[in-house]
Amino acid sequence: MTATPTVTGRDAVSASRPVLPGGINVLGTVPFFAYTAVFLVLPTILVAVGAFVARDGSLTLNGITQVMSPRTVGIFATSLWISALTALIGTVCGGLIAYALSLSPAGSLGRRVFTALMSVTAQFGGVMLAFAFIATIGINGLVTRLLTPFPALTPDPGFLSSLGGVALVYCYFQIPLMVIVFLPAVEGLRPQWREATENLGGTTWTYWTRVAGPILLPSLLGSFLLLFANAFSAFATAAALISQESVIVPLEIESALRNENDLGMDAYAQALALGMILVVAVVMALYAVLMKRAARWTP
Amino acid sequence: MRKQLTLVAGIAAFLMLVPACSSTSATTAASSGGSAVGVKSGSATSVADFGGMDALVKAAKAEGSINVIALPDDWANYVAIKKGFAAKYGITVNSILPDASSKEEIDAADKNKGTDKAPDVFDVGANVALSSTDHFAPYKVSAWSKIPDGNKESTGLWVNDYTGVMTVGYNATKFGEITSLDQLTDPKFKGQVAFNGKPAEAGAAFNGFLMVNGAYGGTFENLQPGMDYVKKLKAAGTLNLQDVTSGTIDSGQHGVVFDWTYNQASTTARLKAKGVDWKVFVPKGGEIASYYNQAVNKDAPHPAAARLWEEYLYSPEAQNMWLTGAARPILFDAMKADGTLDATAAANLPTVEGTPATPTTAQATAATAFIKANWNAAVA
Repeated sequence: MTATPTVTGRDAVSASRPVLPGGINVLGTVPFFAYTAVFLVLPTILVAVGAFVARDGSLTLNGITQVMSPRTVGIFATSLWISALTALIGTVCGGLIAYALSLSPAGSLGRRVFTALMSVTAQFGGVMLAFAFIATIGINGLVTRLLTPFPALTPDPGFLSSLGGVALVYCYFQIPLMVIVFLPAVEGLRPQWREATENLGGTTWTYWTRVAGPILLPSLLGSFLLLFANAFSAFATAAALISQESVIVPLEIESALRNENDLGMDAYAQALALGMILVVAVVMALYAVLMKRAARWTP
Repeated sequence: MRKQLTLVAGIAAFLMLVPACSSTSATTAASSGGSAVGVKSGSATSVADFGGMDALVKAAKAEGSINVIALPDDWANYVAIKKGFAAKYGITVNSILPDASSKEEIDAADKNKGTDKAPDVFDVGANVALSSTDHFAPYKVSAWSKIPDGNKESTGLWVNDYTGVMTVGYNATKFGEITSLDQLTDPKFKGQVAFNGKPAEAGAAFNGFLMVNGAYGGTFENLQPGMDYVKKLKAAGTLNLQDVTSGTIDSGQHGVVFDWTYNQASTTARLKAKGVDWKVFVPKGGEIASYYNQAVNKDAPHPAAARLWEEYLYSPEAQNMWLTGAARPILFDAMKADGTLDATAAANLPTVEGTPATPTTAQATAATAFIKANWNAAVA
């Protein structure tokens, strides 16, 4: 997930390096493929199989049937739209911030400090992030307490446990993440392109719609997908904010694994995970296609 | 931070891999470490099989430790029981996953089967006890004959240990006296009222739901009144959907909690030290009780210590500790008769009008299905 829209540029570098003899090059990839096999391929297979196995070991379609139920489809829908919404907010706000940053002098103190700050906040999440918000605008939060004399301004104590609250908290890491992944793309815009547009009689509008826009679009959409997957798979933040309502799929998986009133939900939990894998597989496929296109404009 | 898909899948895979790996180690452990005492302890169904209490204590001490699971310190005074056992027999008590659910206790036994990390004993809700008997080893404690027939499995696979009564606990210092559930829609309770978990998922929350349902005229078959009440709380903005912990209560995030008497008791004691008066009441019509159950893991890594733990729990000493924690131990009546009951602790149990009811397994299953289908919509 740390891939930036410009990584494909590495191809050119590696081509100029001498090729080592024998199988040494192949050998170097072994740790990567072993790692992928153990932590990605194997789990995926186990989840796919587990979705059809009941607690007593027999084959079952119950898990899949339950996933198809209107209630579960609703949870998937919520998960999808909240991920899409926070990704959209992140893309728009983060994109604008990244562009603004790219206009500041490269290497200036302000820019370095701001970029460093973005890198930190993009990785700030989970229970700590939830706690930060609870301690600020939760029922006994610092800001809530300060605003108590003004009832109209006091945050609703239930807000953080609502979908709107979760969306707000997600934006805290989505926007900085967008800045980080999108900054290299906007930095790739050459001043010469703009000058060329102006020389040929183009306006700012022409520049953005005919030159910069099309160049940035694949990276922009790719970053959107990255943010989408980031939010879609987030669990701990939402779990800390809302624990008694399964609003998003990861919470429903936890609920199914924990349930002490109904023990037959293991296959359902695996089927939910399988559904998530499918969604992310689609996102990743789209991402790959977009990155292929974006690579054309990378120096 | 980013709980990627790989992580979710990785956890799932890990959970599945562990039993696969450990099944091999199980056989090696059994063949190499299967000393005469170990085999004998694992199949002992009463203290007589050990040749008396002294022999049991000796065998348990030789094992040196015991793994207990899902026993939070502030749950039914378990902190005193764990310490009491360790002090009395010099056996280390490993308290693993204190916040696990009953189902996770059984899952932990499966996943750690054959290792020394597996839980030795279980304390599970009725539903899990009834459906997990293939994980239990039959064992009858010395006090077996004093336990009513309706409270134990006849071969000793599981046995009731203690029950509480569902109550409404609240911060009386902050909110004053509360006598009715109707009051909880008042704006002053904004974001303060909570169940202890998700009713379709956790026993304490499920019974909390049955309590409000009963208080509003519902029955174990008709759960709509309870759901309507939840909707009302949600509409009034007083329902809090975050999980209840001692931390959320102490910090004032939860001011009204539906929970067992034995959980409220630890809150009362803890807050008293801070000058806060945490009171409880049982709403009329909502009297609910539910026994938890003891069982010994049939694959217990410390079979003798597991059985000694059971003997200890059903001794007047530990039964009175539960009572001090506002849980009603199963030997309450027997101990009252023979004079070993701690009268002071007994006097502190909350007053309950009428006999608390407990749903049958069939009723509980149907109720769970109903809550599962309607809960999300009610609190959305």
